[in-house]
Formats: sequence, C-alpha cells, structure tokens
Amino acid sequence: MSISVLAIDDSRTIRALVSQALGNAGFKVTTAEDGVDGVATFEKGTFDAVITDINMPRMDGFGVIENIRKSGKNRRVPILVLTTESGQDLRTRARNSGATGWIVKPFVDEQLVSVLRRVTGAA
Amino acid sequence: MSQLDSFKDTFFAECEDLLEALTEGLRSMTEGATDSDTVNAVFRSAHSIKGAAGAFGFDELVSFAHAFETVLDEIRSGRLEPTPDTLRLLMRAGDVLADLVEAARTPGTQRPASADQILASLIELHPKTEEVEFSFDAVAVPLAIEVPAETYLVNFAPHAALFQNGHEPELLFSALGDLGPMSVTCDSSALPEFEAMNADECYLRWVATLETSASTDAIAEVFAFVEGLCDLAIIRQEPEPAPAPIAVVAEAAPVQPTVRNAPNPTLRVDLDRVERLINSVGELIINQASLSQKIVDSGAGQMTEVHADLEDYKHLARDIQEAVMAIRAQPVRPLFQRMSRIVRDAADATGKQIEFVTDGASTEVDKTVVEKLAEPLTHMIRNAIDHGIEKPEDRIAKGKPAAGTVKLSASHRSGSVLIEITDDGAGLNRSRILQTAIKKGLVAENAKLTEAEIDNILFMPGFSTASAVTNLSGRGVGMDVVKTEITALGGRISITSKPDQGSVFTIALPLTLAVLDGMIVTVDSQTMVVPISAVVETIRPSRGDISQIGKRGHLLSIRGTFVPIIDLGNFFNNSTPAAPSDTILLLVRTKSNEQCALAVQDITDQRQVVIKSLQGNYGDIPGISAATILGNGQIALIIDPDAIVAKSQGLPVNQN
Repeated sequence: MSISVLAIDDSRTIRALVSQALGNAGFKVTTAEDGVDGVATFEKGTFDAVITDINMPRMDGFGVIENIRKSGKNRRVPILVLTTESGQDLRTRARNSGATGWIVKPFVDEQLVSVLRRVTGAA
Repeated sequence: MSQLDSFKDTFFAECEDLLEALTEGLRSMTEGATDSDTVNAVFRSAHSIKGAAGAFGFDELVSFAHAFETVLDEIRSGRLEPTPDTLRLLMRAGDVLADLVEAARTPGTQRPASADQILASLIELHPKTEEVEFSFDAVAVPLAIEVPAETYLVNFAPHAALFQNGHEPELLFSALGDLGPMSVTCDSSALPEFEAMNADECYLRWVATLETSASTDAIAEVFAFVEGLCDLAIIRQEPEPAPAPIAVVAEAAPVQPTVRNAPNPTLRVDLDRVERLINSVGELIINQASLSQKIVDSGAGQMTEVHADLEDYKHLARDIQEAVMAIRAQPVRPLFQRMSRIVRDAADATGKQIEFVTDGASTEVDKTVVEKLAEPLTHMIRNAIDHGIEKPEDRIAKGKPAAGTVKLSASHRSGSVLIEITDDGAGLNRSRILQTAIKKGLVAENAKLTEAEIDNILFMPGFSTASAVTNLSGRGVGMDVVKTEITALGGRISITSKPDQGSVFTIALPLTLAVLDGMIVTVDSQTMVVPISAVVETIRPSRGDISQIGKRGHLLSIRGTFVPIIDLGNFFNNSTPAAPSDTILLLVRTKSNEQCALAVQDITDQRQVVIKSLQGNYGDIPGISAATILGNGQIALIIDPDAIVAKSQGLPVNQN
C-alpha cells in the first residue's frame, strides 16, 4: 500500500538522508547511485515517484528524466529533481526536461515529504 | 539529533572518498588532462560535498565548496582557461576544503588560516554577474493566525505538456482544496468530436472557487511546478459590500464581471444571521407541530384539504430545516489535515513509524461539530499511536509492516455522520484494563464483564491513570473526557478491538444539532421523548415473554435471548413499576451494543423535536439529555437511553 519511491543520487549521504526522511513518512524507498543505475532500476521495478539528483557520473538527472519520459513503462511517473542549484534557470530547465517538480538541497524533511505527497496524491 | 549524528559519520566517510577523487582529478589536470570527464569528476566531488554539507548546516564548507565548484564549472564550459596558476590555486583550495571538512568533523579544530584568502581568489575567477542563491522554495505553511477568508477564482487550463511531466490536475485541485472550502466546475465545451480527439491533448478547463485566508502567493505556490505548462489565472473576488438594508442592497451590489462567469458563486454571511435563521426554523417546526395538533383537535378529518396542506407544510418545514443546516455544513478536510500534523508529531515523539490515511475528507459536518471534534480527535489519535501502534521492532516480530497505519475516515450513514479512527496496532489489552479498573474500584472484583464492557471501561471517569500516562497522550484527561465531548455534541462513541489486529473507535454524530427525531412516550403520566435513533423496535409483550428476577427485576425473552427491562417510571420517579405486560417495551441498543428494553406506558407520537438544552439552568441530570417544547406547548424531557442503561446496571453514568 505504501508509496514506492526511487531515489537517485551519487552521494551516499544524500541517499541516506532521503531514505530516512521518506522512510519515516511511510514511503518505501529504493536507491540508485547514478543515472544509468537509476534508469535500469526504474525499468526493473514499479515506482510511484522518482527523486533524482542532477549532477551525477555516467548519466545526469536530465538524462534520467529524458529516458524515463520516453520509456514505454510508466512514463508519466512524477519525477522530482533534488539539487543544490536553485533559481529560475533550474526551474525552466527542469520543467523543459519533463520534471514534475523540484526541491533545493539542503532540503527540509517535511518539505520533501509534502512535495512528494503533493505530486503522488499520497494521503 | 542522534539520528543526524549517525548520518554525519556517513557524510565524513563519503567526504574522504570525494576529497581523494578531487585531489586525484586535480593532479591529472595539472599533468595536462583537461578532458571533460576529468573536470567533471572534480566538479562533482566538490558539488557532492556542498550538497551534503548543507544538510548538516556546515555553512562555511558549503560556501567554500560552492566557490570551488563554480571555478570548475567555468573551466568545464570553456569560459576559463585552466592555467598553471589557476590549477595551483585549485590544488591549494582542495587542501583548504579538506581542512574545512576536518574542522567540521572535529569541533574546536583550527580553521585553516588561508581559507579566506583562497576563497577570495576563487571568487575573483568567477564570472562577474553570478549571484549565489541559497534560498528554499517557499512552502505554504498554514498559519494558526485567523485571517479573514477571501474568495478566489482560479482558472486552470492544462497543456498537454503538463501531463507529460507527470502532473495530475486532480492532485493540484486537491492541494488547492487544502487551502479552504472549494468548488470546482469543469468546462468541457472545447471537447472535439470523438474522431478528432487527440489522446495526448487536454481539451478540458476548470474553474475553482476557493474560499481561503491564504494569500494569492500561497495559491500560486500550488501551481509553481506547472508554471508554463498551463493557462492559469488567479482572480481575487472583491469582498461583499457591507451589510445594508435589503432595499439598498439591490442597487448597491455591484456585480463583478468575473462573478457572472463564476460557477457556484459564494456569499459570505455573518454567523449570527445564520444562527438567527436556525433558531427561527426551530420555532417554525414547533409551530408546525402545534398547528398539526390543533387541527387534529379541532376534529378535521384525515381526508380534508386542510390535512393535505398540513402535510405540505410539514415537508416544507423539513426542507427549510435541511437547507439551513446545509449552510452550516463544512467539510472535515481542514480538521483531518490538522490531524496529520498531530500524527507526525506523535510519531516523532514515540519513535514509531506511522502511515496516516484519511478517507472521506469532503464529508460535510455541522461547523460546530468540526470545531469541537478537534480536541477529542487529537486525543484519540495520540492514543492510537502511543498505546495502539507497536514499536517497529515489535511489529516486525509480529509479521506486520514496520510502519503502523492510522486511518481517519468520515462518512454519512443514515442520518448521522460516522467518524472512525482505525489503527492496526496491538489492540486493547483487556486483562490490563480490567485489572486497573478493579484496582481503581471502578469495577467489582468478581464482576464478569463481556469484552465490549471491558472496552467501555476506557470511557469511565477516573480510569485514565498515572500508570497509563506517558508524556505523549497523558494530559491528565482520559477517554472519559473524549466521550463527554462527543456526547455533548449529541454523538456516541464506541470501540471494537481485536488483539494484534488493532482497534477501531467509531464516533457517530447527528447531522444536525438542533433537531432530533423523537418518539413521544408517556412515562408515569409524564410526556417524554426517546431519540428514535436509539430505538431498535417496539414490543407489546405477552405475559409469557416476561420472566421475573428477584423482587423487581424483569427480563424480556425475545428471539431466544433475554434482555433486561428497565421501567422508566421506576427509574425516574421510583414509582412502583407497572406489571411489564401492561407496558410497551422499547428495545434500545446502547453504544456498547447491548440491548435493553425500556418500559413505558404508551407511545403517543413520532415527530421532530427541537432540542433545548437544560444544562445551563439545571446542570447534568442523569438519564436526561435535554428538553423540548411539544406542539401543545407542553415541555417534555428528552431521555438518554445509554445513560439510563448504564446507571441501572450500576455502572457510573457518564453525564452530558
């Protein structure tokens, strides 16, 4: 029943922080270490939402969004960008690449959870 | 805090790896490798340190790493030449970065002396226009301060791209609805013929009328993610003109052009005016009853025209009453939302994992009820988390998911509103409840109680004890206070619980607070009113159905079971009970699901009565919940069957 989230970030600290914030809020969290790993994990599993970093080795967050948006399966899944960058430029780029929303690092747990709830419709 | 500390260890271990990669990359760059992979790796190392450092508030580390990565970004994009000087600076900056990490890890460590100078040199290499922005996106946090609500029209027409980005209009509206009462209409006029329809296009547009005390910014915030992916207009409606005599209103009300297009325009009215209307409707119903009575007394026959008109009058009065009550009806959503906060806080305080589910948040309940439910619900939800849901490890041991579920649901059922709080925790510990109750002297030591009776001990005053108090749910008030508050609203509360499967608390509330469907009975020559909701059936017993127990007690045999009989006359006036076979029995079912038969002399009528509280003048009267004025002007008491049954069983009566 719980919402399943794929969190893609090359920093294991961020992965741990995201997992804890979402785990506490009752989400089921799967993590991936970079874009390539993330897209592969997405293809294998069933996820209600994806959270991705932008700057990552092998494939960046925009690559992740692009791949998921053109994949046959669940291509309209909500995708949140979690990044240190902020400002209008990021928003425009994220939106144009097909991101559902964005959160700026460092994130506040409640904010991450509330944005995720908002885009997934989880109670 | 300690949780964050354990993450700090992860962070510092990761920093070591990242610093190593960073130094390695810089060395390659010094040796002439300026390919994008190498530069990217250095950039990312600094970037990852920055990103994670922010989570722990290592501000100096964040700003230094930011300056560092910006230089790398300039090199990466070809705007800055990686000269030997620049690379030397970056190497020294890498050392400072390592020192700053160390300083963050070991408080008290000297911060590197060269940090400021190197930082300044790095910033010199930055493009001049850059401005560092480290702000969070604003999140609408509901404030407790009362700001007068305003009405907004939100016009929303999604583009196809909105759906491609994984957005769902329904969720946007649901987020919008969180800001206040809202109605939405869908405009489907742009829908083409089926053959011409493109499945990826959106042909629908919506107009929401939202009443909220939130600002336009907070409304725009809901749509922050879909900016550019839809046509959006947020229009604040001008407030209503100041109250004025009706004759003036006609000319003074400037109709806003936007209002004309608005679906379901709303009107804001003083609560006082609504109260006055409700009172008048109450009087109207009394008047209608009185008129019916007089017409019957005057001898007009059932088939006469005056009777037909009277029937119409009854229906109209009931319609008006329902319409008036609908004015006061409000969805329970804001209340449910407050509870999610309570759940989070309680989960944090207890270290338990809770999944909070709500259902039926749009169910409408009288405004007063919404307001008065907050406290009991808070208490019950805290209880459910504190006492009901087990610790994650215990849950796993029982084969349950680590996160417990607390569900709050509202629904309408046959003239009442049901609110249920369900948890999938351990269920009630009945043996402990019973022991505590015996120790407290609430229950006789040898009492044989059914499970339902034990569960209901929770509601007894004085049961909530120090041993059950934790710093979370223990506030010195127990479930008895919850019950008192629910009863004061004319509701009932009940529990069902199964070991290791959890508990369900059900609150049943009347839709309207002011009027009640009553059965008019005669008790010891007095007229009294029994709430119809409590009556299961009425029985005229034959002698054989009654068995005597002891001197005064009687049992009714019905469909193979025995049900105790309580003579109301005896209960209230201590008059000698009539022979039960001469009475009419009202089979009632109490909140604890017990059956009992109330003996009355006669049933004279069934009608709506307006509830008039006695509490202000007479305080609590056991067994009496309120009074009413009947059609003939006579005053009749409204009885409280639950209290009567409880009292006659010797249980403490929970008074309104």
